[in-house]
Amino acid sequence: MESITQPGIEAYEAPASIADAVQVLARGDVTVLAGGTDLTVQVDAGRITYGKTLMNIRRIAELQGVSEAGGRISIGALTTVTNILDDDALAQSVPVLRATADRFASMQIRNAATIGGNLVNASPAGDMIVPLLLLDADVELASWRDGAVSTRSVALKDFFTGPGKTVRADNELLTRVTFAKPAAGFAARFEKSGPRPALEISTVSAGVAGTLENGVLSNVRVVLGAVAPTPLRAAKAEAALEGKTLDGDTIAAGAAAACDDCTPIDDVRASAWYRHHLVRVFMERLLTDVAEN
Amino acid sequence: MSLKTEVSFTLNGRAVQVTVPVDMNVLTMLRDELNMTGTKYACGEGECGACTVDVDGETINSCLMYAVDCEGRAITTIEGLRTADGLDPMQKAFVDHGAIQCGFCMPGMIMQAKHLVAKNPNMTDDDLRRGLEGNVCRCTGYYKVFDAVKDVVRGTAEAAE
Repeated sequence: MESITQPGIEAYEAPASIADAVQVLARGDVTVLAGGTDLTVQVDAGRITYGKTLMNIRRIAELQGVSEAGGRISIGALTTVTNILDDDALAQSVPVLRATADRFASMQIRNAATIGGNLVNASPAGDMIVPLLLLDADVELASWRDGAVSTRSVALKDFFTGPGKTVRADNELLTRVTFAKPAAGFAARFEKSGPRPALEISTVSAGVAGTLENGVLSNVRVVLGAVAPTPLRAAKAEAALEGKTLDGDTIAAGAAAACDDCTPIDDVRASAWYRHHLVRVFMERLLTDVAEN
Repeated sequence: MSLKTEVSFTLNGRAVQVTVPVDMNVLTMLRDELNMTGTKYACGEGECGACTVDVDGETINSCLMYAVDCEGRAITTIEGLRTADGLDPMQKAFVDHGAIQCGFCMPGMIMQAKHLVAKNPNMTDDDLRRGLEGNVCRCTGYYKVFDAVKDVVRGTAEAAE
């Protein structure tokens, strides 16, 4: 019976350009392959069924690498987590990306896993999503329209709609993620939790960013992962911290507000109660670190 | 029946051409299509590192990489380390230190350890531990593994002087 409802893959494509790739996507019912680290596991677990076409995008040179132009940094969708970890210039301008990449899975996974895959996979616990939300990043989506490649930009904070779900349409390819190069004085921190340092799917992840001047934190961004259906910008925590002197009272108020922002669940990795506890602890730790450094 | 396609790549220095189902992973291709059984299947989801191989100078979990993606690439497996002179220095160090109990994780450990030394010949003990995070040994033989790799690191450093 399964073979009738799931006819399997009928075509394999390995396009060399974005233009070719979005034309394949325009046919419909396409499964996109990049690093493979999530696709294999999700197919084996029955969470993903292959479409009629399997499209391997790893041959598209345009999707590779990190670049900077006009004060914005662009990370191509195929940039691996290892590429980010090893990029000294990127680590210089955005240290939080290296700090997060360093906590990501294992080296073998980092060597294959792509930034685009981590975003499109849309796990509530996706680690690279947290610093990119701190950076107020945008994602670029390409599609084939009227005989040409058409692109649109979506704010990353509006990109996720639920676990494994995004606003990306089936005919769209995520090509890159971009963000303004942080100004001097911008501080960003990342923390994640799990019982072991390696290969850990975050029980809770958290990020804090802002500009600290004369002890006052402004332009505050707070991101929480694995405590809601999507990684989220914590609006109440940001409001509690914005423009305040970053002292013990402010830190406690920010941490308490972050607990109000999130809606964690009980699951196999942790209870909701414990996740709330971790949010408070991480917020206090991260904010104290920003205040002291 | 899955769609099949032909892939051409370099395996342990030799040109290989093989027809594989488009959804087959590299590990299954190596073991079942090419009879290269040195690379081991254990968890099948990238947690254990037993299937580690080198692809174009980077180590990956071959259970997660698609065989079709081998097209044009250079793959090295544990079988590719042995030279006319005998075992690779990393293999020899593992033997000398008895860094093997059941041995099942060793092909992946050795491939990953070689990659670590190639990437960072001056690695610290912490670099070594972090670098082997993705390789699980359930006989708990890590200390002998660390000693073996450290020997190779020292040898490489001395040779460079």
